Amino acid sequence: MLLIPCPHCGERPEIEFRYGGEAHVARPADPSALDDEAWAAYLYLRNNPKGLHAERWRHIHGCGRYFNVLRDTVSDKITATYKAGEPRPDLPATEAAE
Amino acid sequence: MQRFSGLDLFLRALGRHQTWKPQWREPEPKAAYDAVIVGGGGHGLGAAYYLAKEFGLRNIAVLEKGWIGGGNTGRNTTIIRSNYLFDESAALYDHAVKLWEGLSQELNYNVMFSQRGVLMLAHNIHDIQSFKRHVHANRVNGVDNEWLTPEQVKEFCPALNVGPNMRYPILGGALQRRGGTARHDAVAWGYARAADALGVDIIQNCEVTAINRDAQGRVSGVETTRGPIRTTKVGVSAAGHTSVLMQMAGLRMPLESYPLQALVSEPVKPAFNCVVMSNTIHAYISQSDKGEMVIGAGTDAYTSYSQRGALHIATHTLDAICELVPMFRRLRMLRKWGGIVDVTPDRSPILAKLPVPGLYVNCGWGTGGFKATPGAGHLLAWTMAKDEPHPINAPFTLERFRDGRLIDEAAAAAVAH
Ligand SMILES: Cc1cc2nc3c(=O)[nH]c(=O)nc-3n(C[C@H](O)[C@H](O)[C@H](O)COP(=O)(O)OP(=O)(O)OC[C@H]3O[C@@H](n4cnc5c(N)ncnc54)[C@H](O)[C@@H]3O)c2cc1C
Ligand SMILES: [Zn+2]
Repeated sequence: MLLIPCPHCGERPEIEFRYGGEAHVARPADPSALDDEAWAAYLYLRNNPKGLHAERWRHIHGCGRYFNVLRDTVSDKITATYKAGEPRPDLPATEAAE
Repeated sequence: MQRFSGLDLFLRALGRHQTWKPQWREPEPKAAYDAVIVGGGGHGLGAAYYLAKEFGLRNIAVLEKGWIGGGNTGRNTTIIRSNYLFDESAALYDHAVKLWEGLSQELNYNVMFSQRGVLMLAHNIHDIQSFKRHVHANRVNGVDNEWLTPEQVKEFCPALNVGPNMRYPILGGALQRRGGTARHDAVAWGYARAADALGVDIIQNCEVTAINRDAQGRVSGVETTRGPIRTTKVGVSAAGHTSVLMQMAGLRMPLESYPLQALVSEPVKPAFNCVVMSNTIHAYISQSDKGEMVIGAGTDAYTSYSQRGALHIATHTLDAICELVPMFRRLRMLRKWGGIVDVTPDRSPILAKLPVPGLYVNCGWGTGGFKATPGAGHLLAWTMAKDEPHPINAPFTLERFRDGRLIDEAAAAAVAH
């Protein structure tokens, strides 16, 4: 079980949270302007990296808020958490992989 | 290939089993092949076998980064069934079940396919309605599936608690009698041995690190940890690592990789005669021929390549098992492990040629592709050999996500093994 540092509440066990998938997948401002290819990419295509992954978590049994986590998907080590709306911290993709 | 038989086994026993030879070669990679399969799981090895056997392509290699069958093939709970809701899926999975039925003979290798029946339990009104719908849809598609009342459930699987004292009582079940289990390793080894005999090079400890393309964008070869290999056809069958490989060809995939775990108990005498699945309370159980109770748990909540799986997920499943089969409360668990499963948005696989010429993929089987092993291998071979899909896998394209033609088994079943 992960120990997840909520930027609002501090470290809490994973079962207090809900996973929200890849972060920074912004809904296109004008969906009807997109062709099918671009719309499908927004809906379905994901980076799914083996290494550093920016992802959303929601502290559903705590403050209830969404925030972002940088986690290495091989070691599951969390290297940073930051509030929703903030840019992804600029860590090299390999740093967490060790 | 040395053929196995009862007589052969008897004679070798007289010689104290000292005369067995390795069942496949360990060749060095050649500089070039007509086709290369990436991933030595059951699917990839099966594809190589059918390419050689049915399509006459003998100068081919299977590249495996670890050891063959060491991925999900060797980590899964081996449930085999074909009672999926949609026409496309029923055709796809039943194609595989039909191949399973003759596989031990075809490969001269006992894959221990045991059609002991797969029973899916219903615990609420929604389950009952949805399973009955499956039963009818399956029958229309010529796939066996029948509805059992709680009494019939008890008769078919006496170890189950069908009493009213459960938190989620058993209200009935859907039974596919042709479903069952098979020996996971034997499937990989059987295909490897048969493919090797047809000239296929099976190359282990060989990780693909890049996919090369020529000036026109066609596939021209792969880079590996054992040197570059030239080829014009690459079939990727790498389960949880598909996104990583596709990125090498510049493609993003509609896939996410999750750890899925399983666990086994200490071995005991025969006590559980069929396969039982409960999607609603997350429990899958059967007994291996060695005597262990083989239990499947859920996926972790988050994407990962860690091949572990969290303990609270396994605990949740054991809660359910203890309610379903009270006598298992005293069983001790022996070990648990995880595999990385590649999940698509509609929980149906992608088995297709890709926009990159010369590149083919077989992926997205997620939590439930062991059952499809012979079928997926056969259809990937067909698609690579003819450069077009077989009618059975034609709907399972990458483009279905763009075109809105999802095959939404996710909505139909919620979970699938
Ligand atoms: C715990 C668990 C329980 C499951 N239970 C069931 C079940 O009951 N019934 C069912 O039908 N399905 C089940 N599944 C799903 C099933 O195991 C898979 O869908 C199926 O085995 C996939 O087969 P495969 O041959 O495609 O993949 P794998 O056996 O995973 O083979 C892929 C291979 O590709 C290799 N590879 C990856 N990257 C590279 C690279 N860069 N270069 C070279 N090689 C590479 C890997 O090492 C691996 O050996 C379960 C899975 C798990 C993890
Ligand atoms: Zn919080």
